[in-house]
Amino acid sequence: MSNLPLIRCHEASIHRGDRCLIADLDWSVNAGELWQVTGDNGTGKTSLLRVLAGLAPNSLVGQCEREGATLYLGHKNGVKADFSPRENLALSLGADAQFSAKETDRALQVVGLGQHLDEPAYRLSAGQQRRIGLARLVLPSPRLWILDEPLTAIDVSGVGLIERCVNDQIHRGGAVVFTSHQPLMAGTLRRLHLSGGRGVIHGV
Amino acid sequence: MSNVLLKVLSRQVLLAFRRPAAVLNPLVFVGVVVLMMPLGLGPEREMLGEFSPGLMWITALLASLLSVETLFRGDYDDGTLEQLVTSGHSLYFASMGYLLSHWCVAGIPLILCSGLFASMLSMPSEGIVPLMASLFAGTLVLSAFGTLGASITVALRRGGMLLSLLLLPLEVPVLILGAGVVARAIAGMPIVDLLSIMMGLAMLALALAPIAIAASIRISLEV
Repeated sequence: MSNLPLIRCHEASIHRGDRCLIADLDWSVNAGELWQVTGDNGTGKTSLLRVLAGLAPNSLVGQCEREGATLYLGHKNGVKADFSPRENLALSLGADAQFSAKETDRALQVVGLGQHLDEPAYRLSAGQQRRIGLARLVLPSPRLWILDEPLTAIDVSGVGLIERCVNDQIHRGGAVVFTSHQPLMAGTLRRLHLSGGRGVIHGV
Repeated sequence: MSNVLLKVLSRQVLLAFRRPAAVLNPLVFVGVVVLMMPLGLGPEREMLGEFSPGLMWITALLASLLSVETLFRGDYDDGTLEQLVTSGHSLYFASMGYLLSHWCVAGIPLILCSGLFASMLSMPSEGIVPLMASLFAGTLVLSAFGTLGASITVALRRGGMLLSLLLLPLEVPVLILGAGVVARAIAGMPIVDLLSIMMGLAMLALALAPIAIAASIRISLEV
């Protein structure tokens, strides 16, 4: 396992249209670190995460390098309503690897969808659909996770589940960057606070 | 690598089975147009037969245009495209999967039914097989251009008008070639040369269009 940082930003600025959301960000994420990106609405949390995930390369000015693949969960689940939870995972375009049927079934059991394996996702609630997306956290995954508001539409037991998954990922030597308005109780939480176009690093 | 091609293809085909209207719509459209033609043009067999190559090809082109608009809509809205781009999969092969899926869902059923539709337009029997052959190559080109147009306009919400504007000039040569093949076959002239050109265009489109589609998927997500 290399000791290179998984994310390294050097004098990175993120623009949206003509506006500069974040200026001159120097920041790195190492293996085993858990980062929460905080800030008021509109300060650029999602834009930062999209740049990190490689979805918005043209919004970036400066340097922001990422080591290897990433698991990205955005505001949209990537869940197809016409497919059952099983089909959603088996045919997921979000993972480079092919999961075995045993792995996906177990992951769906873990996220609490064991009763709904073959039900079309449009019959499930918003929270349950979100959980199909979260099953990706239980399956084999890349070292870097980028989670944008993972707690949306998730109940208390779901929050506990996410905390366990994040904990496991940190202990495996992975790294997690997430945005949320509430903290996750998992390991040492570091915080990148965005305000006034700057990123301020807390709690290292 | 090409694993993602099969995944995209099986997703789209499964989706089409879940929503059969997506497969049937273009066919119903072509069927209705073909049914209306004798009512509008008059039922004289000679005249209909003479127009039939052009009519078949125009309806095929419009059917392809109609069905392609929604190709990326669902995957854009539910975040599947974001997942695809962040996964590290080859976007080239994924784009080829989308292209082929459109051809399988919209093109192949049309090719299979075209013989029936053509005889409803009193097309002389020697034109039927060349029509199917020209549609085989031509709809592949139409799917390639269509998939490209759909990937460019997916982030625009109501991009239907722009899509037609972008695609029609690109697709007109296919229409001319395709209708030409059938007309020449009916006139008893050789068609192998024209068909070879169409097949070559189809292979070229299949190989090159995914490069442009992959680029425009990336651009569409950056908004």
